Amino acid sequence: MVAISPDLPLAGDRSQRGRRLALLLALTLAVTALVSLGWGASGTSLTRAVSDALAGRELAVQDRVVLLDIRLPRILMGALVGASLAVSGAVMQGLFRNPLADPGIVGVGAGAGLGAILAIVLGGLLPPALAGLFGWYLVPVAAFFGGWLTTLALYRIATRQGRTSVATMLLAGIALAAILSAVAGLLILRATDAQLRDLTFWGLGSLAGANWPKLAAAAPIMLLALLYAPSLARGLNALALGEAAAGHVGIRVQRVKNRAVLTAAAATGAAVAVSGGIAFVGIVVPHLLRLASGPDHRWLLVNSGLLGAVVLLLADMASRTAVAPAELPIGIVTAMLGGPFFLWILLRNRGVLEL
Amino acid sequence: MSLIAENISVSLGRARILHDLSFQARPGQLTAIVGPNGSGKTTLLRALTGELPHQGRITLGGADLAGMSVEELASRRAVLSQFAALSFPFTVAEVVRIGLQARGERAEAPVPAALAAVGLPGFAGRLYQQLSGGEQQRVQLARVLAQVWHPLDRYGARWLMLDEPVSSLDIAHQLTVMRLAADYARRGGGVVAVMHDLNLTAMFAHHVVLMARGLVLARGRPDQVLTDVALTDAYGCSLRVNTPPPQGTWILPHTAA
Repeated sequence: MVAISPDLPLAGDRSQRGRRLALLLALTLAVTALVSLGWGASGTSLTRAVSDALAGRELAVQDRVVLLDIRLPRILMGALVGASLAVSGAVMQGLFRNPLADPGIVGVGAGAGLGAILAIVLGGLLPPALAGLFGWYLVPVAAFFGGWLTTLALYRIATRQGRTSVATMLLAGIALAAILSAVAGLLILRATDAQLRDLTFWGLGSLAGANWPKLAAAAPIMLLALLYAPSLARGLNALALGEAAAGHVGIRVQRVKNRAVLTAAAATGAAVAVSGGIAFVGIVVPHLLRLASGPDHRWLLVNSGLLGAVVLLLADMASRTAVAPAELPIGIVTAMLGGPFFLWILLRNRGVLEL
Repeated sequence: MSLIAENISVSLGRARILHDLSFQARPGQLTAIVGPNGSGKTTLLRALTGELPHQGRITLGGADLAGMSVEELASRRAVLSQFAALSFPFTVAEVVRIGLQARGERAEAPVPAALAAVGLPGFAGRLYQQLSGGEQQRVQLARVLAQVWHPLDRYGARWLMLDEPVSSLDIAHQLTVMRLAADYARRGGGVVAVMHDLNLTAMFAHHVVLMARGLVLARGRPDQVLTDVALTDAYGCSLRVNTPPPQGTWILPHTAA
């Protein structure tokens, strides 16, 4: 962290380290995804399936269903959700110049949640033709719009004469989250028992519902946000100096801020829609990476995506098998690991963070 | 390539800070803005950087500041602000690089050279947040210097705009920084510095602008502006300017014995 390895071109330049870490994380992600494909409570084994395929034998129906229709979409979904949560965390932290900022904190998560709950509870009231039209898209799209509208409202409140006050934004986010949760609570009162079960499971955070149609609905949004995020790196680096100084070094501050908010809202909205409340990935992952290779966003954003995907795949493996044949919601796994870690960050930084 | 403000007024919120003020700084000179707290020095500097909306016209080398893009401005001038908070644990080298990175990675200044110029050789690998206040201030100055490393480019003079560049430095480093600024001007660049230390101002500035209550009280050569009457009027306390040969000018408070 503080020690600088001697082979760097210039002392204090950690981009070499960021690059190596990216390579390492990409490899780790590939391995984790493969292991995850062969991991599960059913007896399906990846090696058997591969040897069957190599020997030209037809795959057993059960194996094919488990591997291709259950595990594969779930792994892709897990990787995308993990990457999206971690990257929106890193983007929000850069934007707010605060290592503890997170889409969950500024109300984007709550907005997306309310959208999803609206879709689940009131979706049944839609005329069947319209409901059929939306199909799998209804919940993700509703959550996405919920997150988006919340972000816009937040922005309206916190921006005056073209300048966004970070403090106002954080405080307004807390107030908005409270209002949105209250509305969500009212809706839950009206929910049927079956809906209530759906909502509870969704609220705890789970990848259990992952399937191809859901993936097709949410993946494009997440991919777009993930691919766009690295282009914010220079702007976010400069913002670390403060808004005025970022402007002085040639950054269009307001534009960077707008785009950062939209990127984080899109990634969070889509991720929350398909997986519910998976907490702490957005705080823990960027924090670990800052310790490893520094806060330079040119590598932080890329590496957050990779590590976020790895972390969520690992958490998902734990959630699939810890209490098999039942399944532990993944949100419980991440909260049990991430919560204490978050407290550890707080305690370590006591007195350093200006909060 | 002069920096000229014509009859500018600036309001922050409802308060009008600068009233119909005119200002001129030339490249090749160190222009110091002095005056008591709250006289509008920093506001004037912020207007001159293009950061604050203003009435009236500010031109840099004949071009209206309001019509220049932030990228264009960043290639013409660099700004050292008074408060330099940094929110993440960047190393010193990374902080100095940020200003270059923002304009597309053309590493114009050798980072070690910029750090050596502010008296921080060998600090590149240190974490910024673990440095002392004075060291942090000099890292920021190195960043600013790196952004406009060559005082002259094919478009003309470039500018250093410094808000209290020596405020938290010890006397040796105050001299380092003032010499650096004067040298930048000597090599053809422009320097505008908000100063509190009248003695350093008398020692290094080529042109002095004395402000009070949002107005310019006097401007000109240091010996024209730094006078008993003008300073006593501006600061509201009795000040006496001494010019003993061969050391130059000293300004001391005048206390009745």
